[in-house]
Formats: sequence, structure tokens, C-alpha cells
Amino acid sequence: MLSYLAKRLAGFIPMLLGISFVSFMVIALAPGNPVDLMTDLNPKASPEARVKLEQYYGLDKPLYVQYGLWLGRIARGDLGVSFSRDRRPVLDKVLEALPITLMLNVIELILIVAMAIPIGIYSAARAYSLLDRIVTVFVFIGFAMPGFWVALLGMIAFGEMLNWLPISGLTSLDYESFSTLGKIKDIASHLILPIGIGALTGLAGMSRFVRSSMLEVLRQDYVQTARAKGLSERVVLMRHALRNALLPVVTLLGLSLPGLIGGAVIGETIFAIPGMGRLFYTSVLGRDYPVVMGIMMSTAVLTLVGSLLADLLYVAIDPRMRKS
Amino acid sequence: MIRRLMANPLTVAGGIIVAVLFLIAILAPVLSPWDPNDFDARRVLEGPSAAHLLGTDGLGRDVLSRMIYGARVSLMVGFVAVGIATAIGMSLGAFAGFFGGIIDAVIMRFVDVMLNFPTVFLILSVIAYLDASIWNIMVVIGLTSWMGVCRLVRAEVMSLRERDFMIAAVALGLKPSRIILRHALPNAMAPVFVSAILGVAGAILVESALSFLGIGVQPPTASWGNILTEGKDTLGVAWWLSVCPGLAILVTVLGYNLLGEGLRDVLDPRLKAR
Repeated sequence: MLSYLAKRLAGFIPMLLGISFVSFMVIALAPGNPVDLMTDLNPKASPEARVKLEQYYGLDKPLYVQYGLWLGRIARGDLGVSFSRDRRPVLDKVLEALPITLMLNVIELILIVAMAIPIGIYSAARAYSLLDRIVTVFVFIGFAMPGFWVALLGMIAFGEMLNWLPISGLTSLDYESFSTLGKIKDIASHLILPIGIGALTGLAGMSRFVRSSMLEVLRQDYVQTARAKGLSERVVLMRHALRNALLPVVTLLGLSLPGLIGGAVIGETIFAIPGMGRLFYTSVLGRDYPVVMGIMMSTAVLTLVGSLLADLLYVAIDPRMRKS
Repeated sequence: MIRRLMANPLTVAGGIIVAVLFLIAILAPVLSPWDPNDFDARRVLEGPSAAHLLGTDGLGRDVLSRMIYGARVSLMVGFVAVGIATAIGMSLGAFAGFFGGIIDAVIMRFVDVMLNFPTVFLILSVIAYLDASIWNIMVVIGLTSWMGVCRLVRAEVMSLRERDFMIAAVALGLKPSRIILRHALPNAMAPVFVSAILGVAGAILVESALSFLGIGVQPPTASWGNILTEGKDTLGVAWWLSVCPGLAILVTVLGYNLLGEGLRDVLDPRLKAR
């Protein structure tokens, strides 16, 4: 087990190098640099000041030197300082935003899985029944709905028309005046729309996946054997089939992390939630290279950790994996 | 094959949706009741009426006409982006699958690296630095969505490589380029075609999201995504600005998905029985 872990962790290094290289190149090759952005609006900025700024940020050195310097700093856990006005360390900014995005996505994923597994099992067990067909129709529609549009409709319905839920931010303006319980309630009410809509749009794909994975398993010989033994359909489905059907689902969960964090860009921007997605969006628009690269790298690390966790979970579910 | 496609009503529905969208896009100037960029300060944010079937936007422009022209944008973005992605994916995939070894390893590691990025991040960073324009959008979506096709073609070519006709082609001493182009790729086209159709749906979704965020197709050019942006700003006032473009995206993506799934069932019977 330990040697397996060590091997996997060692495999991360070339991946991370590749990812860091691609993200560095994307940013370095882009036209326009942050010094332009800082000096364009300032008529007093002399050419000398520009050169000084460029030297300060290391932008005057050749690309490979910049990359090397950056990589060296990263290896020491230093992600640099934001180009934006607050000049705060990138690491602080990322660590501030990351828990919010993680919390949202974890709750969302739990909701999705909790709903998708029963739906998928039912659809597979009663494949092509009326209910399965209805579910299929909803799945197709769910696939086709742009998440940001559903969010918009949700904001109109629950925020503007019914006035039930807040539609922006994580806390109310008078948040500080609430009691602890009130604070929790306040945050929760702000989270219902973004999480609910995120879960709803993710449900289609996941329930479809559980269904097809379950159908695949139900065709296996050992399921037939279990039925022939006279076991109840319930036991066959839940104890014999489900466990195997969940294996690909676990893999998919591990792989879905980049998509989720990417999706956070749009969701968090719409709902004005100060998470990684919105931080990325504002940093990209402000050409805040250090923050952009810091987010890309931390997302990459998260993705790799996610796939590792999925593999470990895989081993926990499937005893066959433990031997090899 | 046509008969088997027609046997599935959902596939037919998808095909009809796609065909109608093509017609709308081609006939946009004929079909739209108003010029999509004609503004009328006296008719700002008016609800649906006989003159303006889907109402007007914040500049008094006819929403229906803008939606019709938006169909052009989504169609063009969908097909060009997928064309680019398919071209890259097919060539890299064919190289990897045919030559194997170190070429395969390098290409597939690159695919892994690309898959580990949230695509939205890549698209956003490139788009934000280049000027946001419809051409840049298409190129960037294409450059960040070729990995699936690449894996598909690689697997297909690898399995084809073991087949007798391919071994014969190699034994005849044909050039690798000729073997790949004339013998391997034609036999790998079916799944690529299916994934391209489904890819159009994906590209249209991405374009609308980017335009919605304001870094996609730029006003005054009408796109379903940027009409929705205005819908967000006039949330409680002008519901038609939020509802109509979203429905258009939904129906379009649904159409391509239904058509793609139907084609997959017919072209790739291995996947059907599940």
C-alpha cells in the first residue's frame, strides 16, 4: 500500500511540471503585460519607472529564466505576490477562496451522488419502464441546459419574484450583527440557490452514468447466479450488483474535479461568491499573473489529489484491488 | 442505415431541430422582422407584442431578430471549433496509435496534462489576453477540446493496426502517411463523426457561457449568450431577455445530442446493447 502511494506521488511530479509549463506558457505568451496595465492609466509613469517595475517583477529576463525562477519559488511554497492593488501574497488569497469553493463543491457532489445513485439503480432495474423513460427525457434536457441559465431562472423565480432567497454573495450586509446561529442560517440561505442549481445541473450526467454502469453489471453471469440462487431482487441489486456498479462511478468522481472547479468560475461569478472561480475570473481580467498561475497550480494539485483519493476509495470498495 | 436512423423518433427529432436551425441561420436576413442592430430609444425593454414578438432589449432592439442572428453565431462557433478540435485530435491520435512507443507516450502524457486543466481556466486566460472576438473564441474552444477525439482515434488506430489489411499495407511498403490517411483513418471515422456532433453541442454551450460572462462574442453582434447577459442585468424587469435565449440554447444542444446519440447507436452497435 505504502509503496503504491509512493509510486503514485512520484508520478505526480512530471504531471505537475507539465501543467506548470503549460500554464506558464499560456500566460507568458499572451500579449500585453501587467506593467502596461499599471502604467497605461497613469500619465506620470515615465519609461524609467516602467523599466524599474519590469525589473522588480522579473519581466525583463528571458522566458526560460522567468519560468525557472518561478518554479524554484513554487517548490519552496512561495506563490509570489499579487499584482493587484492590495499586493497580498498569492497563497493567502488562494487559501482564503479555496475553502469556499471546496465546501460548495463537496456539498454539491454529496447531493448529486445521493440523488443519482437511487435514480440510476431504479432506472437500470426497471429499464425502459415508463419512469425510466421519463427520467431519460429529463436527463437529456438536463444535459442541454446551460447551468448559468438555470441559475438565472432560479434567481428570477426565488430571488426576484418570490423573494425567498438572497441571490448574491455569501453573507448579508448586516451579517456581523447576527448571533452565531443567525450567521449559520444567513450563510445557509445564501448557499441554497448556488448549491441547489449546481447539484441539479450535475444530476443528469451522474444518474445516467450510474444507470449504464448498473445495466452493464446486471448482465454479468454472477448476477444471474445470484438470482438463480433464489435471492430476492433487492439483495441482488443492492449487495451484488451495486458494489461493482459503483466502481466506475468512483473513478468518474475523481476525474470530475477539474470540471467542477472550472464550473465554479461561472457559478461563483453569477452569484458573486468569493471563491476560487471568481478569484480566477477577476485575476484574469486584471492580468494578475501570479494569482492566475497560483490558482492553476493549486487546481492541478487538487485534481491529482482527487484522482488519488478516487483510486484509494476504489481499493476500499473492491477487495480484488488490494492484492495487486 | 437511414432506415435504422429513422426508426428512432428521438433521432429524427434531433435531426429536424438541427436542420431547422441550419435553415434559420442561412435565412436569417429573410426571417428576421427587424434589423438586429436597429435601435429605437422609444421602445426600450418592451414586452412581447405583435410588432416585437419577443419584445425589445435595453436599446430597443428586436429580440426575435437578434435571436435569429444568434443562431448563425452558435452554428458557426460550433462547427468551426469542432472542426479544429477534430483535426488536431485526429492527427495526434493517429500518430500516437500508429507509431506507438515514445511518440505515443509523449502525446498521451500531453493529453493527460491538458485533461488535468479545467478547460474553462485555459479558455479564460487565453481569451482575456487576446481580444475577445468570435474568431478567437472558435480557435480557443477548438484548441482546448481535442483530447477526447485524440484518445478515441488512438484506440481505434491501435486496434486497426493489428488487422490483416493494415499488416498487408505495411508489408507492401506503403508510406506511413498513406497508410494512416487511406487505410486507418477511414475505418476510424464512425466514432469520430459521432463525437464531433456531440462536440458541436458542447462548443455551443461553452460559447454561450463565455459570451454571457462578457468575454465571448462582443456586442453589437448578437449571440444567445450576450442577450442573456442583459437578461441578468434586467432580472426583475425583462424576463423575456433571460428566458428566450436560454430556451434556444437548450433546444439546440438537445437537438445535437439526440442526433449524436442516435447516430452512435446506429454506427457503433457495440455501444448499443447497454
